[in-house]
Amino acid sequence: MKRKLLSLAAMAACAFAGGAQAQISDGIVKIGVLNDMSGLYSDITGPGSVSAAKMAVEDYIKASGSKLKVEVVGADHQNKPDVGSNIARQWYDTDKVDMIADVPTSSVGLAIAKISADKGKLHVNSGSATADLSGKACNANTIHWAYDTWMLANGTGKAIVKSGGDTWFFLTADYAFGHALERDTEAVVVKNGGKVVGKVRTPFPSQDFSSFLLQAQASKAKIIGLANAGGDTTNSIKQAAEFGITKGGQNLAGLLVFLPDVHSLGLNTAQGLMLTETFYWDLNDNTRAFTKRFAAANGGKYPSMVQAGVYSSVIHYLKAVDAAKTDDGTKVAAKMKELPTDDPLFGKGSVRPDGRKLHPAYLFQVKKPSESKGPYDYYKLVATIPANEAFRPLAESECPLVKK
Amino acid sequence: MTTVSTPSFKTQSFTHQWVAFAIMVAVLVIAPIWVYPIFLMKVMCFALFACAFNLLIGFGGLLSFGHAMFLGTAGYAAAHAAKVWGWNPELAVLFATGCSALLALVTGSLAIRRQGIYFAMITLAFSQMMFFFYLQTPFTGGEDGIQSVPRGKLFGVFDLEQNTNMYLFVLTIFLAGFAFIWRIVHSPFGQILKAIRENQDRAISLGYDTDLYKLIAFVISGALAGTAGATKSLVFQLASLTDVHWSMSGEVVLMTLVGGLGTLFGPVVGAAVIVSMQNYLAQLGAWVTIIQGVIFVICVLAFRRGIIGEIANWIKKPL
Amino acid sequence: MEIFGIPSQALFGQLLIGLINGSFYALLSLGLAVIFGLLNIINFTHGAQYMLGAFVAYLSLTKLGINYWVSLIVTPILVGATGMVIERTMLKRLYKLDHLYGLLLTFGLALIIQGMFRHEFGSSGMPYPVPEVFKGAYNTGFMFLPKYRAWVIVASLVVCLSTWYVIERTKLGAYLRAATENPSLVQAFGINVPRMITLTYGFGVALAAFAGVMAAPVYQVNPTMGADIIIVVFAVVVIGGMGSIMGAILTGFGLGLIEGLTKVFYPEASSTVIFIIMTIVLLIKPAGLFGTQK
Repeated sequence: MKRKLLSLAAMAACAFAGGAQAQISDGIVKIGVLNDMSGLYSDITGPGSVSAAKMAVEDYIKASGSKLKVEVVGADHQNKPDVGSNIARQWYDTDKVDMIADVPTSSVGLAIAKISADKGKLHVNSGSATADLSGKACNANTIHWAYDTWMLANGTGKAIVKSGGDTWFFLTADYAFGHALERDTEAVVVKNGGKVVGKVRTPFPSQDFSSFLLQAQASKAKIIGLANAGGDTTNSIKQAAEFGITKGGQNLAGLLVFLPDVHSLGLNTAQGLMLTETFYWDLNDNTRAFTKRFAAANGGKYPSMVQAGVYSSVIHYLKAVDAAKTDDGTKVAAKMKELPTDDPLFGKGSVRPDGRKLHPAYLFQVKKPSESKGPYDYYKLVATIPANEAFRPLAESECPLVKK
Repeated sequence: MTTVSTPSFKTQSFTHQWVAFAIMVAVLVIAPIWVYPIFLMKVMCFALFACAFNLLIGFGGLLSFGHAMFLGTAGYAAAHAAKVWGWNPELAVLFATGCSALLALVTGSLAIRRQGIYFAMITLAFSQMMFFFYLQTPFTGGEDGIQSVPRGKLFGVFDLEQNTNMYLFVLTIFLAGFAFIWRIVHSPFGQILKAIRENQDRAISLGYDTDLYKLIAFVISGALAGTAGATKSLVFQLASLTDVHWSMSGEVVLMTLVGGLGTLFGPVVGAAVIVSMQNYLAQLGAWVTIIQGVIFVICVLAFRRGIIGEIANWIKKPL
Repeated sequence: MEIFGIPSQALFGQLLIGLINGSFYALLSLGLAVIFGLLNIINFTHGAQYMLGAFVAYLSLTKLGINYWVSLIVTPILVGATGMVIERTMLKRLYKLDHLYGLLLTFGLALIIQGMFRHEFGSSGMPYPVPEVFKGAYNTGFMFLPKYRAWVIVASLVVCLSTWYVIERTKLGAYLRAATENPSLVQAFGINVPRMITLTYGFGVALAAFAGVMAAPVYQVNPTMGADIIIVVFAVVVIGGMGSIMGAILTGFGLGLIEGLTKVFYPEASSTVIFIIMTIVLLIKPAGLFGTQK
């Protein structure tokens, strides 16, 4: 009798003490932040994302009083799918990682999504652009956070056409991502009454765009769409300034531009550029407060949309782990889609059945040097696109999870 | 071109080589107990790649700066065969090896006409052309590469998705490739190749068609590099542009140099060292490049024989 | 008036741009050709030294306030000096060996230099402002030619031609060429051959750094800028003839023009066209268009 009571008491104690612990593998929730630590995207993601993830863990545990033990590790995939796959496999197989976050570079993101599904773990992607992650490459273990090519094309494309930029010339980086971005944006431009008067494929990667910019200039299109990323974008913008493109009355549309890119270009060169992002440090008090803490921990650098996405996605992930009382990838993914999201950086939103996270998007224009009050004060808000319009409608998604 | 330093050896007995071979097999069979098997499979693929490269430079005296094109071509060919055509893995690997051999035949017959640095530059040019070709053609998936390559069932029976089966498959391929190279080196063909390396004019005056021998060596080297590439893309279930980039050509040079140019076991050790370094130092980001550069410099200045080369020199037997 | 479907004005614009790119190719391949032609060293570090030039200019501007004009003189001297140190301490030991080892050493050095800068500065480019005098563009009627780019063409032509003149037409150049042919004989005449070799290597490196400073206002100053361009420059040197100074200059400008034209008619091939030409040239005339087989 006493024994039974004792064991009952013990069981009860377990149930109360480690309610969530009961089904957490190895007792620790381990998050792996996989991104580019030393290359093209290291400023947009890199160590900053790891820092953002750690801040998210801290903030979540403080705010919710959760008893979860969480560990964050980081690694560099060097923008190569094979390196990334290797690390992911090793993380999942031997290092007990439960969730992989971030992952810029679409080719790597796609690989990680597949591996995560194969092993029943979870991938919450904030860094890759390809809308295929919630489209034809979707799976039950992958959630696509901060942004995607559809949102970029739609946000920037539609808003620009509506504001008068109805003739377009594309400078497209000649690889899969560039083609996808061009295709999505062209569709949006045409749908909204605009016309694409020309396009040129630039070898990827390139240093010199002068020849292509001249062609764009000769086309007399009102808008020159830059369907490229990273170094290609910053070089084309810089060279466009040199060749008097904006002085001649044409405007540049940066289809994938991040705050750190504008920072490295300088306002002199980047002024007037139109772009769409889902996060900016100066949007409201919450974003400003986060930015202050982030900058203090990251040598004065302000967070990019991707790093903010990592913060936000980790918070929601932990919420879901607690609610589902497990860190099993598939179950947590389902829980993340069930629970509405709410965090200081992206506000209220939700995760759709196809894995697409919804939140508002913002059309920005880069300020003139005279309009800026200090470093990183670069954007002025032109328009806000509500969450239900910013991303590809569920009906149009090619995701096998939702197609009938 | 004779200044590739090889250890001088006095006897022709191969006992030491058999011992080294036995050690290598033993290590590869036992290691998976402690070491992550996928990592070991990666080492074996690169070891085969480096051995194939070494056949050309160490024994043939021809520095190819474009070997990545063989690794990559076979990688893509095998991935495509396995994924799109649904072939069994052994057929995919054979097919891919054939593709690489064909590429080697075409590029080799053009490159062989030149010597030394010009030969290296032509191979580099071809490799760059292949890179840009693969970047553009749709079947390679460009930046994404060919992903989700199924490993399939070996001979229709053994499921290679099981890591153990896959490991044995890779081990067999590696040992077979290595044995093949060993056989070539110790054959009359191998001797003539070395003679051509030491003094091409004298070989010609003895009546050998040196261009033909060099071409054959080039094709074998390219084909085996292809085998390595095909196996690698099955291990990782991914074929990407990294495999055709010129920095991959640079890496195989580094592996062979570190291990020992012109030795049999050198490239294996070199590959193990470099792959381990990349793996365990991955956290350090750009430091890996710096360290690789330092190793290059040190090897060239003070350590030209490489690890196995130094050991071979010490025991005065070829390895 | 249209030529091949492109208005002639646009075509001239593209040719001019090709010429500008050609200037960089010419400057860089000149440095490589000097080093290989006179010293038989294949300097794979050239790309990294070009990058060093750009970075030293960038750093001296942001940290020390040294302006573009001073940088244009001082940076090549500084970077050239580091080149001489490399030659004295490391390259010297490899002269008796196969070219292969020189190539591998300089390849390793390139990795080190590039890795260090990538570690320190990440991979995003740093902006470098165009000097005041050159801000703005000339309206040539068929395009806006940024003044700075016009300066690039002029400056490279001047530097290239003066280098060619010194090497091919002056006594100093004659000594240099003689020393490469037969160092011991020239040394017997009392000329300090090792010192000349060190200085020559330093000069070649200085040329690379000079190109780097010139490139800074045009391209973003970026640790990978050297790696991207070095392979192309090698192709240029090989096409021109590895020992020929004039060959490197002419081929550099020429290939810039060809690349420019390709960008207009078939842009996807513009990266590959140089290698295709290189393969063809190597097969027909292995010593290069202007080279002599050694």
